[in-house]
Amino acid sequence: MTVLDQQPDAAGPGRPHPAPPPWHPGAQAPRTDPAPLLPDPAPVRALGTPAASSLDPELLRGLYRRLVAGRRYNQQATTLTKQGRLAVYPASTGQEACEVAAAAVLREDDWLFPSYRDTLAVVSRGVDPLEALTLLRGDAHSGWDPVRWRTAPLSTPLATQLPHAVGLAHAARLRGDDVVALAMVGDGGTSEGDFHEALNFAAVLNAPVVFLVQNNGYAISVPLAKQSAAPSLAHKAVGYGVPGRLVDGNDAAAVHTVLAEAVEHARSGRGPVLVEAVTYRLDPHTNADDAGRYRGDDEVAAWRAHDPVALMERHLRDAGLLDDEAVRQAADAAEELAARMREEFHAEPKLDPMSLFAHVYAEPTPQLREQADQLAAELDAEAVAR
Amino acid sequence: MSSFTMVKALNEALRKELEADPKTLVMGEDVGRLGGVFRVTDGLHKDFGEDRVIDTPLAESGIVGTAIGLALRGYRPVVEIQFDGFVYPAFDQIVSQLAKMHARALGHVKLPVTVRIPYAGGIGAVEHHSESHEAYFAHTAGLKVVTPSNPVDAYWMLRQAVRCDDPVIFLEPKRRYWDKAELDPNAAGAPSRLHDARVAREGRDATLIAYGPMVKVCLDAAAAAEEDGRSLEVVDLRSLSPLDFDTVTASVQRTGRAVVVHEAPVFMGMGAELAARITERCFYALEAPVLRVGGYFAPYPPSRVEETFLPDLDRVLDAVDRSLAF
Repeated sequence: MTVLDQQPDAAGPGRPHPAPPPWHPGAQAPRTDPAPLLPDPAPVRALGTPAASSLDPELLRGLYRRLVAGRRYNQQATTLTKQGRLAVYPASTGQEACEVAAAAVLREDDWLFPSYRDTLAVVSRGVDPLEALTLLRGDAHSGWDPVRWRTAPLSTPLATQLPHAVGLAHAARLRGDDVVALAMVGDGGTSEGDFHEALNFAAVLNAPVVFLVQNNGYAISVPLAKQSAAPSLAHKAVGYGVPGRLVDGNDAAAVHTVLAEAVEHARSGRGPVLVEAVTYRLDPHTNADDAGRYRGDDEVAAWRAHDPVALMERHLRDAGLLDDEAVRQAADAAEELAARMREEFHAEPKLDPMSLFAHVYAEPTPQLREQADQLAAELDAEAVAR
Repeated sequence: MSSFTMVKALNEALRKELEADPKTLVMGEDVGRLGGVFRVTDGLHKDFGEDRVIDTPLAESGIVGTAIGLALRGYRPVVEIQFDGFVYPAFDQIVSQLAKMHARALGHVKLPVTVRIPYAGGIGAVEHHSESHEAYFAHTAGLKVVTPSNPVDAYWMLRQAVRCDDPVIFLEPKRRYWDKAELDPNAAGAPSRLHDARVAREGRDATLIAYGPMVKVCLDAAAAAEEDGRSLEVVDLRSLSPLDFDTVTASVQRTGRAVVVHEAPVFMGMGAELAARITERCFYALEAPVLRVGGYFAPYPPSRVEETFLPDLDRVLDAVDRSLAF
């Protein structure tokens, strides 16, 4: 027997071991019971169910018009890539319900943090439909004033916008106002470290932020099964002490309802919510993608039968809330939008190369001025040579 | 005037800025009740409260990303990264987000975020606690990168960095944290602008160009050289991006010789940019090629051999000898 084997408190047989100290040192409150945080057992639906009858018909008609315009916008933008007028367009075709509902649940002074597939949400927020495409056209990395529209630039890296949304939401708490941030990310983005860090920070800071995960089944080509082994992406919330919600992402009324509840939860000081919207990307990842390499036609056909635009139209017609005239009006408005896109994007943009240096720093540096002089001289020499 | 260590000077600078602007925040790991592992934020949590001095979860990307979001609504966060080697998880948020957001948003948003990082070696620390990564940051447009070499500069430069409307990477040479100097924190204004270099010692025969922890090494080398009848000028860059090249040029035009000294590996380091620019601007004044002294291109060594890795007085003076021999 060595000294290490000796018991400090020579416990005799049958004497109870002392209880361990509290296992959460410094914690002010007991751990949250995980049960109320668990997501809905199945994606919440509204259209075609009794739940929809209590929804404001004007809200539903408004969503319908936006869905129709959004679908046309996606089609026209994709066509513009084929004509070389847009560098790239990651279409949200099939996901329009999430796009329009995300914008619709926010107040003007709330903030939206979109990912690269969320141009339509940006447009639904009120940003000019053409200005919203400047990143994808290659004119500028973001076309709109983020502060004026309370809408961050489209984020091309995955999940990096989520901690920004948390910080912005925390600022609301510090300022004592009730501004909410809504951050959008895809299923692939939930694998990123920033997703985890953002959820954790939001929960610890009790920040008024709503995370909307659009689970469209694929991160480019990689299916969800290879992305995550979680029971659902909404379940990820539970580990952070955040409530998770699961919604049918093609049902605009359900997405609106669930997101509006989440926003209200955050606004009232009860902290963040994670919403997983189950949806499907009907188009390829972008115009440069070949979706046939990783998914079958049957799968696409099944989702076409659950189309967000058709779902809403059918519901409204069945409920007697939409007639042929209203359908035609929505289609005409969408056509007008598409015509405007064609017209304006067929004009060559006038870009000033010197804008390269315009906003690198708020307080420009000598090295920046030196480079600007260098480029100006190059441009002058070119002009003379011509 | 009273005696301040660099740690105390930094602490006083943060206190002054927290008092001056209610939108200024301090955030990071252990910056609250503990006062930071180096005690730079000592007492601030008690005096300004947990909403102004925020103990964050332990995740650097989340810290910097959250600071960006706070800046979008008008806050001025001062982020502490606990040690140099721990900044890499935040590298993406710093170089892809913090550095570019202002340009990306066409100037509509400002990102007045200061990222304080205790950096470089010489304190006998374990692996990943002695990194000199200034070149990574200085290579990114949109960031400003500064590093003080003494308590007086530490105080004024941190105050200026916090007030700067651009993101500033503020590198603190931790082996100089306990150096002392006389400082009047209530003086009317800073002795110089944030991005001005400073002639730390005047001389005639060669210019030593250094920053952060190596300024003291160069001053010691210049003092030793004087005993041998050599007069060395020492330029303390203070700012690595932007560079105050006028001060550097003026010095090298006078002396005709330049040796750049830094702790970071010589290969692809700040010295390469400085040497190239000096050659471009001072070609006809140069009596010798610009020489570089720095760490080796190898991982920072275990602390018991770091003295071998770090440039010291002898290595600097050897380079001066080689320069003078041309």
